[in-house]
Amino acid sequence: MSTSKISIPKFNLRDKFGDWWEGTTRNQRIIFRVLLIAFFYILPFLDNPVFGTTESDFSSVLFYPMGMYVLMAIGLNIVVGKSGILDLGYVAFFAIGAYTHAILGLSFGFNFWINVVLGMAFAMFAGVLLGLPALRLRGDYLAIITLGFGEIVRIVAINVNFTGGAAGLAGIPAPPSIFGVEFLVDDPRPYYWLVLTLTLLVIWAYMRLIKRRPGRAWEAIREDEDVAEFMGIATTKYKLWAFVLGGAIGGGAGAVYASQVTSIVPELFDLNVSIMILACVVFGGMGNLWGVAFGAALLGYFPEKLRFLSDTRILFFGLLMVVMMNIRPDGIIPRKKREKVYDKNTGKEVSR
Amino acid sequence: MDFSIVVSEFASLFLDGIVVGAIYALVALGYTLVYGVLRLINFAHSEIFMLGTFACLGVTMLLGYTGYEEPIGIGLFLVTFILITVVAAVASGSAAMLLEVVAYRRLRRKGANRLSSLISAIGASFFLVELFRLLTDSKDWDFPRLLDKNSLFEVSSAYVTADKLVVLIGAFGLMFALDRIIQGTRLGRGIRAVSQDEKTAVLMGVDVDKVIAFTFLIGGVLAGVASAFYMLFYEATKFNVGFLLGISAFTAAVLGGIGNIRGALAGSFALGLIQQFSSAILGYNWRDVVTFLILVLVLLFKPTGLFGEAIQRARV
Repeated sequence: MSTSKISIPKFNLRDKFGDWWEGTTRNQRIIFRVLLIAFFYILPFLDNPVFGTTESDFSSVLFYPMGMYVLMAIGLNIVVGKSGILDLGYVAFFAIGAYTHAILGLSFGFNFWINVVLGMAFAMFAGVLLGLPALRLRGDYLAIITLGFGEIVRIVAINVNFTGGAAGLAGIPAPPSIFGVEFLVDDPRPYYWLVLTLTLLVIWAYMRLIKRRPGRAWEAIREDEDVAEFMGIATTKYKLWAFVLGGAIGGGAGAVYASQVTSIVPELFDLNVSIMILACVVFGGMGNLWGVAFGAALLGYFPEKLRFLSDTRILFFGLLMVVMMNIRPDGIIPRKKREKVYDKNTGKEVSR
Repeated sequence: MDFSIVVSEFASLFLDGIVVGAIYALVALGYTLVYGVLRLINFAHSEIFMLGTFACLGVTMLLGYTGYEEPIGIGLFLVTFILITVVAAVASGSAAMLLEVVAYRRLRRKGANRLSSLISAIGASFFLVELFRLLTDSKDWDFPRLLDKNSLFEVSSAYVTADKLVVLIGAFGLMFALDRIIQGTRLGRGIRAVSQDEKTAVLMGVDVDKVIAFTFLIGGVLAGVASAFYMLFYEATKFNVGFLLGISAFTAAVLGGIGNIRGALAGSFALGLIQQFSSAILGYNWRDVVTFLILVLVLLFKPTGLFGEAIQRARV
């Protein structure tokens, strides 16, 4: 049972694109990025029978599930994909963000933009409270503790008064208009643009982060925690950072979600959400941001596009997790696995 | 917060705690046995239990019970209930073996990392829950009352009823049988050998695949029997019945020290009692929060549980 052998799939989208990308010039890259971002911003106007959804409004689908899944999957990818911490209670952070905006917006009239930041802050605080003790534990114990955490947040929300109990909270305020864009109840497009903007900001921050010390530390921890610790990496500290940053993204997503749906009940934040987001990360390719974003968008889109999947989506997601793990554990777009290999005789780098 | 109820209802709460604990114990044994041989928490074990409850329900439906009959006599009850138990045990046992083949075997042979196996098991668990949600219409399903639940005799405030006696006698009998299987049979010795050191066990001629399949079978059969007892005691099931029961049983296994068979029993009874008394004091809604808190506290402060000795140390 050798686990050290690095197998490279014969056809690999990530490497094919990676080779092309490395051959481009700076200007080509800028043009590619601008075009791609522009495409995503005008996507709500491109509603057509070919890829539009028949059952529900296309821009509404773009906001939820697609946009939300992508944002949350990127957040969970930092925890599960990048650092190898199996978090089954990611929905807790989402719930904390949603309830932060709902409670502060309804009771104290706080502005949405303040609430997003506060929602992220509370989610981070909860992440520290849970993570500081729990992250010392091994993988499967941690999984079950986070699972319990997600359930506790939901049960507490049902049983205390300030969350509105099982009936939840209604009439959650929309974000105030920004740059002349009004957030109206019957128009999901501004919310889609809001999620898209947040996602792009998160991707930008993530790309900067993984090239630096935390990103390398996370990968080292994922590959072998003991070795990482021997190499002088403060494993608990970096695991906590991954957990807390992932949580912050979940909290932000929750606040945005609450502002769009305008009423929330505890039952929205059940285990299914955590598992669906986990399925997105697993399907796309654990540890590879582009794979995860692509996978999440697909998994959000398919049940809406293909009617027969919408009632059975969790069945389908559960099956997908088993099948992916058994057949293609690295997801549809695996993370970069090519290593630098040096020729024995010449000492020069050779590609493999 | 009402502490006086603890004093006035002590015997009643204690009896219920032991009965619930006996059901937890049978499920907790499945977690602990599989953990012993695979070093993994079987996330789908709670769904094996859930499947068993619906198997029980299926048998009563086939026998023509509608839920409105008078309770049946003791002789007929025993025959009917043994039939129900056997069917549930066969259904859960075969489902557990199938689960091992589908979700674990290939990954184990490839030497895949733990994360892959965990995710695979969680996927299987979700598949089963969702399958039964769709098959059973998300409804609560009532189990017919087979046994007269009037009190046979009273001990202080506790009403001793026939169903509680059946659960206790059955569960203790099964625990004794399991102990004999683990200690006395060839496959039981295989389970202990694989738990101790898989690689050496292979060298000593132990068929690891067979041992692991057998472990899943035992765990599944125990969960199936537990589901029959559960239905007799609670008389209702739902597609998500496995989740909270699974968490409780897992907490019990961890409380006793995961991988330790006798620890799982002690942990189960302790947890059953803690749950009964805490829900009497705090209210039923907080029962699961208390369970999670116990799980978290045990894992943080004493991850080896109350009885740190693992399965492999138990000698013949």
